[in-house]
Amino acid sequence: MTNPLAFVGGGVLDMFARVGVVTRSFLGLAAKAPGALRRPALISEQIHFIGNYSLLIITVSGLFVGMVLGLQGYYTLSQFGASEKLGQLVALSLLRELGPVVTALLFAGRAGTSLTAEIGLMKAGEQLTAMEMMAVNPIQRVLAPRFWAGLIAMPVLAAVFSAIGVIGGYLVGVQLIGVDEGAFWSQMQANIDVRADILNGVIKSFVFGIAVTFTALFQGYEAQPTPEGVSRATTRTVVIASLMVLGLDFVMTALMFNK
Amino acid sequence: MSNLVEIRDLHFSYGDRPILQNLSMDFPRGKLIAVMGGSGSGKTTVLRLIGGQIKPQRGTVAVNGEVVNRLDTDGLYRLRRKMGMLFQFGALFTDLTVFENVAFPLREHTDLPEELIRDLVLMRLNAVGLRNAAGLKPNEISGGMARRVALARAVALDPALIMYDEPFAGLDPISMGVTANLIRNLNDALGSTSILVSHDVNETFLIADYVYFLSAGKIVAAGTPDEMRRSTDPYVKQFVNAEPDGPVPFHYPGKSLAEDLGLGAKP
Repeated sequence: MTNPLAFVGGGVLDMFARVGVVTRSFLGLAAKAPGALRRPALISEQIHFIGNYSLLIITVSGLFVGMVLGLQGYYTLSQFGASEKLGQLVALSLLRELGPVVTALLFAGRAGTSLTAEIGLMKAGEQLTAMEMMAVNPIQRVLAPRFWAGLIAMPVLAAVFSAIGVIGGYLVGVQLIGVDEGAFWSQMQANIDVRADILNGVIKSFVFGIAVTFTALFQGYEAQPTPEGVSRATTRTVVIASLMVLGLDFVMTALMFNK
Repeated sequence: MSNLVEIRDLHFSYGDRPILQNLSMDFPRGKLIAVMGGSGSGKTTVLRLIGGQIKPQRGTVAVNGEVVNRLDTDGLYRLRRKMGMLFQFGALFTDLTVFENVAFPLREHTDLPEELIRDLVLMRLNAVGLRNAAGLKPNEISGGMARRVALARAVALDPALIMYDEPFAGLDPISMGVTANLIRNLNDALGSTSILVSHDVNETFLIADYVYFLSAGKIVAAGTPDEMRRSTDPYVKQFVNAEPDGPVPFHYPGKSLAEDLGLGAKP
């Protein structure tokens, strides 16, 4: 029978070893990332792949989330006779929380999984080894441009999500329910702060971009080079990236909005 | 120095499982040397050690006088620019066209103008008979064609050393003959040294200058293809003549059939 102390100790050591591997990989990628800026064409190609292909799901989701916010917000606010505050509620909800968080979750599901599968399949097909044998570092040539693309695409997608969400809220609140249009926009304009609300939302989405993109790339690079291994890595990307986004969101919200 | 690659007293194991033991091999410049043996004999591991993908526990692998297993990453990458490698299934970049695959090492390691890259790539593709397939993607060409594209890519930078990992695996007889001729012709035209890992006796014996036979991580025989054909060594005889039983047994080692069926005297 295994000694319980040894079992727990082994688990803790394994965990520290894993944290060490992840940290070293992140630092390795961060060290190679500036070099990738010398070839902007590779980054723009990946921005197109990651960003453009995620645009449809982000746009449609943003519209529906905004519409639901319009409905739910109106039902609640009207009980207190504050339905003219609907524009402020929709915008704040989207800019501070739903925009960055939901975009990051969708980004993990849409772009993160495709990044993991792509890198994992490149590994399984010996493409990364072939690159190494051609004296080309795959971290710099393959991973770094995708990392930059994720960092750049994520805040832009979150901004698109929030903007479309506001339009969704407007369509339901003003056009469908009949909230005063002037009150909707003026309350939003008067109560949204560029630094406290918009900038913090952008910072959040930027951090989520780092977390999701790195997780996707790391899982693909570390995947077992078999169909089952790539499939498992893809699943891990969604689970780990989603949990990281939610955990980081709590920490950042506590730090940013603590007045 | 007459040898481009020298392996001395090499020992390599995965964990407790030894793969190569006290291996010493020479690969003279300009020659095409074959490393043959059954599956699991350690021949691909030899290529990976020469390429610096793995490090031995003991011994040295020297390429052009540089000990590969003592080089740092920069040194290894510098050395690899003089190497070309053909992987078993080509390992082409699936998101790039045939042209872009062959242009890849040129774009990564040179500052040549686009017109010159185009000419060089088309010449390489012409040499493997695929100039007119330049615009196709890897998923639009056959396995044999993919192998030839990978060959064109492997020699794009005129390497001093070209390594081939099972280049004939899964090819039809025509593609096999074409690939074998290309390997020999490219070796002679470029003046490079080639290491061919294969278990395909006919094609390999046709083009190789010298053959090493590996079994269980050790050299069991070495010589020219003619010497190997005449060899009386039981392993070489079994391998060359494709005999089902011999030093490499048909049955996986273990209990006898009689023991498994419970036949014979019981205690």
